[in-house]
Amino acid sequence: MNLAVQVGALRMQNPVTVASGTFGYGVEYARLLDLNQLGAVTVKGIRLGPVRGNSTPRTAEVASGMLNAIGLQGPGVDGFIAKYWPFLKELTVPTIINIWGTSVEEYAEVARRFDAVEGVGALELNVSCPNIKEGGAQFGTDCKLLSQVVAACRRATRLPLITKLSPNVVSIAPYARAAEEAGSDALAVTNSYPAMAIDVETRRPKLANVTGGLTGPCIKPIAIKLVWEAAKAVKIPIIGMGGIQDATDAIEFLMAGASAVAVGTANFYEPQTALQVIAGIRSFMERKGIQDVREIVGSVITDR
Amino acid sequence: MLEELVQILANERDVGAYFRLTLHAPEIARRIQPGQFVHIRILPMRDALLRRPFSVFQAAGDNVSILYKVVGKGTAVLSRMQAGDQLGALGPLGHGFTVPKSAGEKPLLVAGGYGMAAMYLLAQCSPRPGVVFVGGRRRVDILCEQEFRALGWDVCATTEDGSYGHRGLVTEPLVAELRRDAKGKRLFACGPTPMLRAVARIAEDFDVPAELSMDEHMCCGVGVCLTCVIPVKSADGWEYQRTCTEGPVFDSKEVLWEVPR
Repeated sequence: MNLAVQVGALRMQNPVTVASGTFGYGVEYARLLDLNQLGAVTVKGIRLGPVRGNSTPRTAEVASGMLNAIGLQGPGVDGFIAKYWPFLKELTVPTIINIWGTSVEEYAEVARRFDAVEGVGALELNVSCPNIKEGGAQFGTDCKLLSQVVAACRRATRLPLITKLSPNVVSIAPYARAAEEAGSDALAVTNSYPAMAIDVETRRPKLANVTGGLTGPCIKPIAIKLVWEAAKAVKIPIIGMGGIQDATDAIEFLMAGASAVAVGTANFYEPQTALQVIAGIRSFMERKGIQDVREIVGSVITDR
Repeated sequence: MLEELVQILANERDVGAYFRLTLHAPEIARRIQPGQFVHIRILPMRDALLRRPFSVFQAAGDNVSILYKVVGKGTAVLSRMQAGDQLGALGPLGHGFTVPKSAGEKPLLVAGGYGMAAMYLLAQCSPRPGVVFVGGRRRVDILCEQEFRALGWDVCATTEDGSYGHRGLVTEPLVAELRRDAKGKRLFACGPTPMLRAVARIAEDFDVPAELSMDEHMCCGVGVCLTCVIPVKSADGWEYQRTCTEGPVFDSKEVLWEVPR
């Protein structure tokens, strides 16, 4: 039975990684699960310098999901390399580093810095974070800016590039094509949805940032549709994500056209989820007599 | 830190909205240190997915107990669960209290309501008994007094409505005690944030060390989501640190009570 997939030049031993921002830098979960069983480890977003992040409260629980507005708190490139890379580079599975900036030049500079680091699996371009004033989604909701960011990073590195697209667009197809044409090796679909919650006792928003990004099982059907639409628009592989809790959820994403999937919010409440998803995909394949996981990719039947 | 399915042995009302939960959790019971917490997944909740953090009250043999107050949806569902039901438990988590090493220092515990339960293990490990100052709004908010007395500790209770102990705030008898003699005293506190802030100021005034168990909204419990951060002094001014990982217990001198502008 084959579970291995190829995401551009990135080879994954199985199609399951974790979503950036839900798994820290891997090391935090190393005592709870064997990271080397994953398809890849995806770390929290890194920009050039350290970032303090937003004020608190930063998250709020909502029905079947949560809101977050962390504000991409992180150690910056140097802090990440000093503090977390020594651990990550010893893993036998690849690390996908999520990167961002507030200008096209900064994205490219971060990509260039990681190009010089031995052993990085791939770079994921975060052009879709809804929770920062500058950077993030501003690059993912403007096709021209998106092309510029991807093209600049393409020139800056030979590492596989995965462009993480925003869901907050009228149609995802032109963005998917723009990223593909600018040299992205793969897409990640999708990020959190802009959303808001209010405490009626205090009349205040539940997040200090007022609005945040909605994630968790409540967004899964919307994410499935976006993956399906993006998959029809491009030839490059897609990593699907949005509310995955079990193998059935993951297989839905694969059938919609994703070559791999990422477990996100579920890591916060059930750290074993990604490993359970891998085991569950395997038993689904056994039950259905499927020899290669790639047979599932895009296999949804839409004709009546 | 480990994750396990644990069985509820007992889940009974203590008084008012307070419950005592006893879990069969041998691995956590063996490892738990004073001031650490467990992160509980309340499995019957279908649409509220996140775990809830609870301080451990007592640990004996294979069991740990938790003293909790019904404050929201999660604790309401938890309060209806029964012996034999299962919970998901992740723990022990966090950086706890520094247990006094010698009998030279007299520990003074300052607790707001059920924050007292979170300091029981500390009292149990302490090389000498001290005093617990516990405050609450009303008589029902003063809990587990007998357990502390059984360890040989003095308990000084205050209530805001005067229905039990001294009338007033918990910090008043604490200040009186420190005025009598602050030398060799060490403070440990757990309770609502305004109380912790007052304890930090008192510790500074009397120049005594204090450790505070900070109560912040929490999500993952293991340091990845960055929900539970508080501003803390650092080499280059200040930084956000995680209550679940660097805390919940912080040195009172390190905590900044507001984000610097």
